Parts: sequence; C-alpha cells; structure tokens
Amino acid sequence: MVTFVQQFLNGLTIGSFYAFIALGYSLVYAIMKLINFAHGDLFALGSYVAYSFLVWASAALTAALGLWGALAVAMVVAGVSVAIAGLLMERVAYRPIYPAGRLPAVVSALGVSIFIENFIMLVWGPRYQAYRSEFVPVGYFQIGELRISILQVVILISAVILLGFLYWLIEKTTFGAAVRATAQDRATAALMGIDFRKVIRFVFTVGPALGAIAGVMVGLYYRQISFSMGWIYGLKAFVATILGGIGNIPGAMVGGILLGLLEAMFAGYVSAAWKDVIVFAVLMLILIFRPTGLLGEKVAEKV
Amino acid sequence: MRGIIAGLRNDPRARRIAVGIALALVVAYPFFASAYWVDVAFYLGLYTLLGLSLNVILGEVGLFNLGHAAFWAFGAYTTAILNTRFDIPILALIPISALATAGFAWLVTSPIIHLRGDYLCIVTIALGEIVRLALNNDPGGITGGPNGIFGIDRPRIGGLVINTPTEFYFLVWIIVVLCAWALLRLQNSRIGRAWNYIREDELAAECMGVDVRAFKLLAFTLGAALAGVAGNLYAAKMMVVSPESFTFMESCLVFMIVLLGGMGSVPGTLLGALVVSLFPELFRPLASYRMLIFGIALVAVMYFKPAGMWPRRRATFRSVIGREAGKA
Repeated sequence: MVTFVQQFLNGLTIGSFYAFIALGYSLVYAIMKLINFAHGDLFALGSYVAYSFLVWASAALTAALGLWGALAVAMVVAGVSVAIAGLLMERVAYRPIYPAGRLPAVVSALGVSIFIENFIMLVWGPRYQAYRSEFVPVGYFQIGELRISILQVVILISAVILLGFLYWLIEKTTFGAAVRATAQDRATAALMGIDFRKVIRFVFTVGPALGAIAGVMVGLYYRQISFSMGWIYGLKAFVATILGGIGNIPGAMVGGILLGLLEAMFAGYVSAAWKDVIVFAVLMLILIFRPTGLLGEKVAEKV
Repeated sequence: MRGIIAGLRNDPRARRIAVGIALALVVAYPFFASAYWVDVAFYLGLYTLLGLSLNVILGEVGLFNLGHAAFWAFGAYTTAILNTRFDIPILALIPISALATAGFAWLVTSPIIHLRGDYLCIVTIALGEIVRLALNNDPGGITGGPNGIFGIDRPRIGGLVINTPTEFYFLVWIIVVLCAWALLRLQNSRIGRAWNYIREDELAAECMGVDVRAFKLLAFTLGAALAGVAGNLYAAKMMVVSPESFTFMESCLVFMIVLLGGMGSVPGTLLGALVVSLFPELFRPLASYRMLIFGIALVAVMYFKPAGMWPRRRATFRSVIGREAGKA
C-alpha cells in the first residue's frame, strides 16, 4: 500500500511535468498544425537558464525572499527568457517557411531543435549539471512509512493552480474563444475579426514559458539536468498530447497525468527498464484503436 | 549552369554521357583519394543507400517515417546474430537481412498504415525508440544489451576477404548503383505511378482503383528491405553493432537527406547524402560548432529551397514527348 501511494504520488509529479510540456505542443499544434520538435529543447533551455540564474543570484535572493521566493523568481526568469526564445524561433524559423508547406516546416523545426540542443551544450558544457543542494528544498512529511517531500507537494499544488488558470483562460474567456476559433478554422476566424498573429504570439509565449517552468521543476526534482534531456521529455509529452487528443487543452493535461501515472506504476511494479517501451506501445495502441485520443481531438484533420 | 541542367533534362544522350562520367568518377575515386577519404566515401555510400530506402517511403509515397533507424537496426542485428551464432557468411546474409527486415516492417506497419501525416510520423518515432530500447534491454539474451554484438566476420567472395576501405567502398557503391538504377526504373512503372498518385492525392487514387493500403505497405516493405541491406553492410564494416548507433538522430539525418535532396528524386538523395555526410568533415576545424551550424543550415535550405536542392521534375506533356523523340 505504501509503495502504491508512493508510486501514485511520483506518477502525479512526473505527470504534471508531462502535462506542462504537452500543453505547449498541443497549443502550437492546434494553431499551426505543426509538431514543434524544438519544444522539448526549449524545456531543457528553461532548466539551464534557471540553473545559471540560481547559481548567480540564489544567495542574495534567498536572503531577501526566502528559498521559495528565490525559486519563484527563477521560474519567472526562465519562463520569460524561454518565451522570448520561442517568439524569436517562430519569427525566424517558422513564419517564413510555413507557407511552403508542412514538410519544410517539420525539417525547420528539427533544425531549430538541433540548434538549441547544441547551443545548450556549447554554453553549459556536455556534462550533466547538478542543481546545487543550497537551492533545492529538502523537507518532507512523514506519515507512517510514507514519505512525501515538500517539494513534491509544492510542485503538485502549483501544477493545479497553473493548469487551472490556463484552462480558465482557454475555455472561459473571450480571448480563449478566439484561440479555439483560430484552431478550428483560421480563415473564418480572421473574417470574424480575430487577429491570428496575436493568437500565434500567444501560443509561442505560453507554450515555451510552461515548458521552461517544467524544466525548472525537473531540475529541482531530479537535481540533474543534461543538454539532451529535452528530446525524451519532449517525445513523452507528445505521447501525452496524443493520449488526450491533439489540440485539446484539457486533454493534454489529463494525458500528461495519465502517462505519468502509467509510467510510475509500470516502473514500480513491473520493470523500470521497459517503462519507456510501454509509454510508446501505449501511443501505438491509442493511435490504432482510438486515434482521436481519450478526450477527442479538437482539430479538423482526420487520422 | 542552368543551361547544362536543362540540357541534361531534355537530351537523353547528354544525360547518358553525364551518368557515364559520374560512374567513371566513382570507379576512379579510390585510386586517387587517401584511405581516410575512401572511408568517408564508404559512409557516403551507406547514407545514400539509407536515403534511397527512405526515399521510397517518404519521397515516392509521402509517408512521414521518422523511425527509419529501426529498420536499419533490424537489418544490422539480423546480420550480427545470424553471423555470430550460426556462422552464415555476411554476403549470404544480405538477402536474408533484406527479407527479414521487410517481414518485420510488414508486421509492424500493417496496423498503423492507415494513419495520416503527423500521426504516422509520431508512431514511427515511437517505433524507432521501441526497437532501440528493446535492443538495449537485451530480450532473451540475444542482442547483447548496451554493449551490442561484436566479432562479426568480414564479407568474403571466394578467396577474397573484403577488408580494406577500398574494397568496402566498391562493395557499397556497387549496391548503391544497382539500387539507384532499379529505383529509377521503378519510378516509371505502374507501381511508381501508383505511389506518386497516392502522394499527390490519396482520395483520388483510391477512387481510380489504386489499392492505397497495399501500395503503402509495399513501399514500407521495400524501403525497409533496402535499409536492411544497409544494416548488413554497416555490421560488416564495423564488426560490432550496438543500440547507440541507431538513435532518433540517425532517423532524423536520413529524413533530412531525402528532404534536402528533394522528395522522390534519386539524384537529389545522392546530393542530400553528400551534404549530410560531408558537412561534419568540411566543418571539422569548427568541431563543436558544426551541429549548431547544421541546424541553421537546415532552416536556411527550407527557407530558400523548400522543395529540396535537386527536386524531381514532374512529368509534363513536353517531357514525355521529348522522351519519345529521344527513343526514335
């Protein structure tokens, strides 16, 4: 029972990372119909930016705001700088190529992905970097044999708040309606007076920013980051996107959490070495038997 | 330059002369180049073969396959396992690897062949990862885990052991030239036309009686078979195969070869392979920056030449007339 609860909590934590990253994929896909292969690398970039920021400023910030305050500032810094990178990427590598068709855009996305990954490697070096212990909160609650770290609790609470806010923004506000309308039919949405450039700017700001926040959380949670970690997180988050239905915002959240739970349970009870295989096998099964995802996709193209 | 290309396109005799010169250069190359550059040319041949094999799937039929390394790995491991366990000679394993990989491709792509566009793309990525992870996890003790399999024999023809870079160079390029020739013939066949029809408009193809599913599966099995051959050659050259050689990055490189060259274009694939395999060599002084530049270069090529560097020319009324006139 203790193992089960422990794995369940681990699964929820990993799942919220996937949910954050999956939202970026899903938003961009919904608007641009493009798999943004560079998204996972933006996530890694966020992790590194926060790392450097914390190395530089954590002592002063911790003295002024406390450790949690310093971490919050680091997340904002990472989120803003990666959002700028995302906007720049859209302007330079996607907007000029998009009219040429979807395949050139995919290659361009791969190019950006390779660029960012190597950029990180050149700036921070090819070895693993460790989030130092002075900026990682270490406390935990002990309930019987069960041990829950405070960090895990904070990650889960902030995930609920952020994802809830985004859900409200997309599903309940006028601007959210504009985003959803653009996802359904860009031309008609434009005729209704929706500025789709604004929508595109929105998805390339919010997606990368959420990815960066996930990057900081992963750094704090596992303490170790590498320049190439973006690709595997990105790929799994994409599986989560498909699981929930591509272009479906609540779907991406549910898909992320489900995938995290599945992975943690499989790793805990069956085999850790085969857990990634199971993730990808689930992807194939979903696409074979329920190609619109568990919650249904929100885009027009049929599978 | 433009005039030369136009001449090559419209005049069959000029084209034959150009192909003849190119073949003569391929034959003469190892007698002038150093062993190192002959080795580079071997890998160029290998990537060309992989590019040609993916070109059947991605270029001819327009099926996004970003997991091509899975087929390449399957061929390499088939060769490695059968050679080290049962001492079957490498060259005899070429057709066996091709057939086994084709069978594997048929098995795994049958249930997913109906998926379109990005969905197929993501499933093939997953397939590539599943194969790599499975090889890494050593199921049943046959793949050797992360260390892979070593001690693979050299290929031999009668008494001749293929060992030096030059011998390997000729082995791979003979196969590349044969494949390129066969694939060019295929483009102008009933099968090739059906493939292109599916790529241009699947629905229309289906309405005209093209069995879309069967032709897509055929493309996948044929492409996989060629990738299996490439795997065989790779295993023979390296004498060791391990999962880390068949990463997603390799699938990406082959994907880029086809798209940089031009979808469905055989000479374009050669050009794409040339760019992808020479790029790291030419930028060696810049060592760690070269992949950074490569990323930028990809974006740039897609910006300036979205159809690839040597796109396949569509058949037009005029070009068909020109061909008929050439025959007469």
